Amino acid sequence: MKQSVLRVNNLQKLYGDTIAVDDVSFTVAANEIVGLLGPNGAGKTTTINMVLGVLEPTAGAVSINGTDIAVNRSLALRRTNFSAVYTPLPGNLTVYQNLHIFSLLYGVKDFKRRIDSLIERFDLKKFRFTKCGVLSSGEQTRVSLAKAMLNEPNLLLLDEPTASLDPSVARDIREVIRDFAVKDGAGILWTSHNMYEVEEVCDRVLFLSHGKILLEGDPKILPKEYGKANLEELFITVAREPLTLME
Amino acid sequence: MNFTRVFAIVLRQFYLVSASFARFMPLFIWVAVDVVMWGFLTRYLNTVAAAGFNFIPAMLGAILLWDFFIRIMQGITAAFFEDIWSHNFLNLFSTPITISEYLTGLVVSSITNSLVGIAVMLFLAVVVFGLSFLSYGLVIVPCLLILFMFGIALGIIASAIVLRLGPAAEWFIWPIPAIVSPFVGVLYPVTILPGWMQYVSHLLPPSYAFAALRATVVGGAVFWPGLFISIALAVLYIFLSCKLFTSTYRHAVRTGLIARYSAESLS
Repeated sequence: MKQSVLRVNNLQKLYGDTIAVDDVSFTVAANEIVGLLGPNGAGKTTTINMVLGVLEPTAGAVSINGTDIAVNRSLALRRTNFSAVYTPLPGNLTVYQNLHIFSLLYGVKDFKRRIDSLIERFDLKKFRFTKCGVLSSGEQTRVSLAKAMLNEPNLLLLDEPTASLDPSVARDIREVIRDFAVKDGAGILWTSHNMYEVEEVCDRVLFLSHGKILLEGDPKILPKEYGKANLEELFITVAREPLTLME
Repeated sequence: MNFTRVFAIVLRQFYLVSASFARFMPLFIWVAVDVVMWGFLTRYLNTVAAAGFNFIPAMLGAILLWDFFIRIMQGITAAFFEDIWSHNFLNLFSTPITISEYLTGLVVSSITNSLVGIAVMLFLAVVVFGLSFLSYGLVIVPCLLILFMFGIALGIIASAIVLRLGPAAEWFIWPIPAIVSPFVGVLYPVTILPGWMQYVSHLLPPSYAFAALRATVVGGAVFWPGLFISIALAVLYIFLSCKLFTSTYRHAVRTGLIARYSAESLS
């Protein structure tokens, strides 16, 4: 059995009387890509924020590489990284400057070589000295993904990483990320609303609805188990009639 | 404390300032305007006032030191605001950086940026207006230290206020030095203030520094215990400001403010 890089136990987040995340538990193993799926407001981003330590859970625990984030946040985040479509890197710095600063923040050894290889891998060579703010949203996403791989993370959190990419670039990026999981041994938690992408990339999916994990399983098998033609149909059922799946 | 991460915050500020005329100019332009304006005013006062009193160390020196304090304070808040303006909190605080490393980075950024303004200030004051720091004697050392430490404390408190109240609260921060100024007696002894203002001034470390400088200029005795009290107060305020920032950050993490900080108005 592969070692878990992320272990989430009974995670809960309350905002007053509103339950954003309700008793969620799951693991992500090395070399595994886990899809965190659900309709808007299901609690996906809230869960990711708690894993990153930028949001304190009301209850429960997050352990990354065996380190409880509430006990030693700095150590837990050393080999963790993330990329989200809603958090581009500062637009007033160039691609290289941003990667340089984040490589220092993550304590990357031999950062020059690492930055060069990521610039190459994400086809950013011609934007090396361009300020991130003037890049297209797809180019900014690639810079953000390069940042996310700077510290060769054991755990990579990707919140809709291909949302702003055209299908051709999105496919390339999926391959890079898939490679990263297979060759570099990273565990990846991936959110997306593109069910075809999820089916292609993820080893396992978790369906969140109203802050709870409703379903869990292999994205290629799960739809059939619930009598649905594909993952998208299953997603729509989770979003509109979650109770029918619990019967 | 990981100094590589501290350096990352300082480097970020260096990259921004060195590439932007709009960021580089304010490091010294307002300071230069202040020194020139007050320099000519004090020169004029020297010609019309009774002979024997030199307004240059009394007024220009005081203004220069007050500008030094403002540079330090605003150096911290400006570096902090860069993260707000670029919506960088989520990227930044999901790295291994600790709050103490972040605050140290802001302080070091402020010192390096302030050096530019201070150099221009000193050049104009010493070369153009003939201000001699030797006329203050040794008392200048604790006075600079007090203003430096109080600038750090107020800069961190100001950053905590903006972190708590949201980006729009930035407009509360810029006038803080002007609000504090009447209480600390930059240009006059605090004894002329009404009673309640004097009580406030006793709690503000710069009051003791400016009183000591004035005493030196007029040839009076420096109240050294006051300076030691002032240093102790400044140390206390730095400690309390760090506590305030840390607890504000924890509140932001608990309530989700950090994750949602790009929103314009947060409560």
